[in-house]
Amino acid sequence: MAATAFSASKFTQSFSLNSTRSVDRPPLFPASHPLKTTPSSFLGSTRKLSLSSPSSSTSRRRRRPSRSPAVVAVSEVVKEKKSKSNVSLSNPLITNEEGLELYEDMVLGRSFEDMCAQMYYRGKMFGFVHLYNGQEAVSTGFIKLLKQEDCVVSTYRDHVHALSKGVPARAVMSELFGKTTGCCRGQGGSMHMFSKEHNLLGGFAFIGEGIPVATGAAFTSKYRREVLKEADCDHVTLAFFGDGTCNNGQFFECLNMAALWKLPIVFVVENNLWAIGMSHLRATSDPEIWKKGPAFGMPGVHVDGMDVLKVREVAKEAIGRARRGEGPTLVECETYRFRGHSLADPDELRDPAEKARYASRDPISALKKYMFENNLASEAELKAIDKKIDELVEDAVEFADESPLPARSQLLENVFADPRGFGIGPDGRYRCEDPKFTEGTAQV
Amino acid sequence: MFGIISHKLVASTAGGSPGQPILRAAVLAMMSNYSTATKQIMVREALNSALDEEMAADPTVFLMGEEVGEYEGAYKVSKGLLRKYGPQRVVDTPITEAGFTGIGVGASCHGLRPIVEFMTFNFAMQAIDHIINSAAKTNYMSAGNINVPIVFRGPNGPAAGVGAQHSQCYAAWYSSCPGLKVLAPYSSEDARGLLKTAIRDPDPVVFLENELLYGESFPVSDEVLDSSFCLPIGKAKIEKEGKDVTITAFSRMVGYALKAAEILEKEDLEAEVINLRSIRPLDRSLINNSVRKTNRLVTVEEGFPQHGVGAEICASVVEENFNYLDAPVERISGADAPMPYAANLERLALPQVEDVVRAARRACYRSVPTATTA
Repeated sequence: MAATAFSASKFTQSFSLNSTRSVDRPPLFPASHPLKTTPSSFLGSTRKLSLSSPSSSTSRRRRRPSRSPAVVAVSEVVKEKKSKSNVSLSNPLITNEEGLELYEDMVLGRSFEDMCAQMYYRGKMFGFVHLYNGQEAVSTGFIKLLKQEDCVVSTYRDHVHALSKGVPARAVMSELFGKTTGCCRGQGGSMHMFSKEHNLLGGFAFIGEGIPVATGAAFTSKYRREVLKEADCDHVTLAFFGDGTCNNGQFFECLNMAALWKLPIVFVVENNLWAIGMSHLRATSDPEIWKKGPAFGMPGVHVDGMDVLKVREVAKEAIGRARRGEGPTLVECETYRFRGHSLADPDELRDPAEKARYASRDPISALKKYMFENNLASEAELKAIDKKIDELVEDAVEFADESPLPARSQLLENVFADPRGFGIGPDGRYRCEDPKFTEGTAQV
Repeated sequence: MFGIISHKLVASTAGGSPGQPILRAAVLAMMSNYSTATKQIMVREALNSALDEEMAADPTVFLMGEEVGEYEGAYKVSKGLLRKYGPQRVVDTPITEAGFTGIGVGASCHGLRPIVEFMTFNFAMQAIDHIINSAAKTNYMSAGNINVPIVFRGPNGPAAGVGAQHSQCYAAWYSSCPGLKVLAPYSSEDARGLLKTAIRDPDPVVFLENELLYGESFPVSDEVLDSSFCLPIGKAKIEKEGKDVTITAFSRMVGYALKAAEILEKEDLEAEVINLRSIRPLDRSLINNSVRKTNRLVTVEEGFPQHGVGAEICASVVEENFNYLDAPVERISGADAPMPYAANLERLALPQVEDVVRAARRACYRSVPTATTA
């Protein structure tokens, strides 16, 4: 363990991305700071990630003399793969089915969120609604690689995570309308999507709150394997959160414990550069979030979050690592939300030029283009998918509209799993109903 | 009965359990006289044996907290557990309350039954977001899909001379939150029974122990030492019956209330002392029945007076039994100030037996009602 931490710190020192280390930098942002003048240099770091090799400390020590830095943007990996194959057309990263699946999932996310906006302005939805437009590549890229038993924990921007994980669109839409047929019977709302069946553990309003819960789910997976001896339990947990969360104490506490106990978790940072109206660069001393991984002894990767294929490649590695028991990974996805923080946000602080720049990198258009260039799908197939999703979303709205509101008696239900306040005995009945509850019946 | 003896003989020869000398003594006592011999065990041992038995019975139960493993518990409550169950079930955490409490909640959402120990509940304030927002509310927000069978335990309330940041009582804060169950044991019997129930309960339970009670011994019957002994949540206990005035208390103050009752006996006032045991849900029916019998009420607690447990009990009694009250309800609580360090000031800041006695006298119109406040 000590060797790993030491070698990780060696990696940090070998980085020299233009004096971003606070030790060298004077207190104020110098005018020539790369992050201030050319944001594009923040995109696509040139570090190399040694994800593919096993993380034994001996192999790390062997690599140290070569002083190769630790983290790479997957754009590099993809370029290497392409150059190796030499003919990109004949060796695309995905198959036809996979491409259609990714496309469908992203279009579902986009259409659903657009419909949410419409419904909100018509008064069918209320309260706080945070939309995910523009970030679909991250959700699709990661969650489509998971099994049903794997867990996802998200923040308040969780509609699309729920949809990608498999929660039916009808259930999510009803939940947003506050109807009793919603996935949480209308008791959770936009920010609190839970699904036991699909292992979606929420849906948290406080940023950073989901990270320890995700770490706990990963802890459970490891506990099941090692203490309860369920040898095939290799469930992975994904924690999704934003750039603002990366300054929160709970984030660092969990990075520490996840690395310390080698938990099967991937920390996915959806860095959309804005926390409501606070720019990431104004709030963070060192804006490169992926660097915070090696400080705690886990790999940190930066990936272009507007490209679903790049995200998918990184996700494969990170999830694979976790499944093999090699520990956590911190993945920073650089992405952008096309709409404001929530539907109540006037979104006045963001530069329209910045928005336009990212709009030109729309993940759905990018995937479309890739699929056409590599002959993975025809125009007709994609149009069919568009139509199918439109119908699905409209059906979801109709279903939600027609569903009943929760009954009055539902107000006080579900406060406790065991409402009598005593406990359920081994025979499934309430203990307090058993007149002999204090007599010896259990075996130790 | 003999089944229990042979069961214990088997357990005692299994070796290494902290209750072993007690069990041997129990066996000897059994052999010598066939009555229910009462043993004395410390609250600390009661808690330890409850943890031990529940961890042995259910492999999904694990203990997590600062110093619970190699240090054997900051107050030695988890003594011997690391040796018995290993470091994966008795997990020493870094000093990250918010982090590890959240990890406990996440693990319990997903199938395990963690016991999260806080070194004191003062430190739990760093994790209170997870106790309230993720643990207490998750069953409701997920409409019963995901329940949280977690226990948060640790010492609560003042100790001796530990200063303002280590002395707050959190019973009132946690018991105002729907979705939590809040328990406060007093004796060893309470500690064992309530902790076992808390661990077996499918909801989040806040288990408020008391540091100064850890070393106190109480007599326990064989029934209490049985491995399936559980006390119900939501039921208070009448420690001493009386007819003149009802005194409610929880945790350490039960001891003070009992001593006050002894003093009042000499003045011909029979106090009925109620050990609340469960702050949320509060056993309103037992308290109200008692007040209907005695017509006078004194509530005792160590916490701050405003919005305290006593305030809730008073409101409950006034709402349901206004016509039965013959005197205003007397509330005894800690002083309305952060806990001072100086020993004499600390003594003034906490309820003492004399305060309870005076309040009972006032409630019974044996002395002039006081109009002064601190």
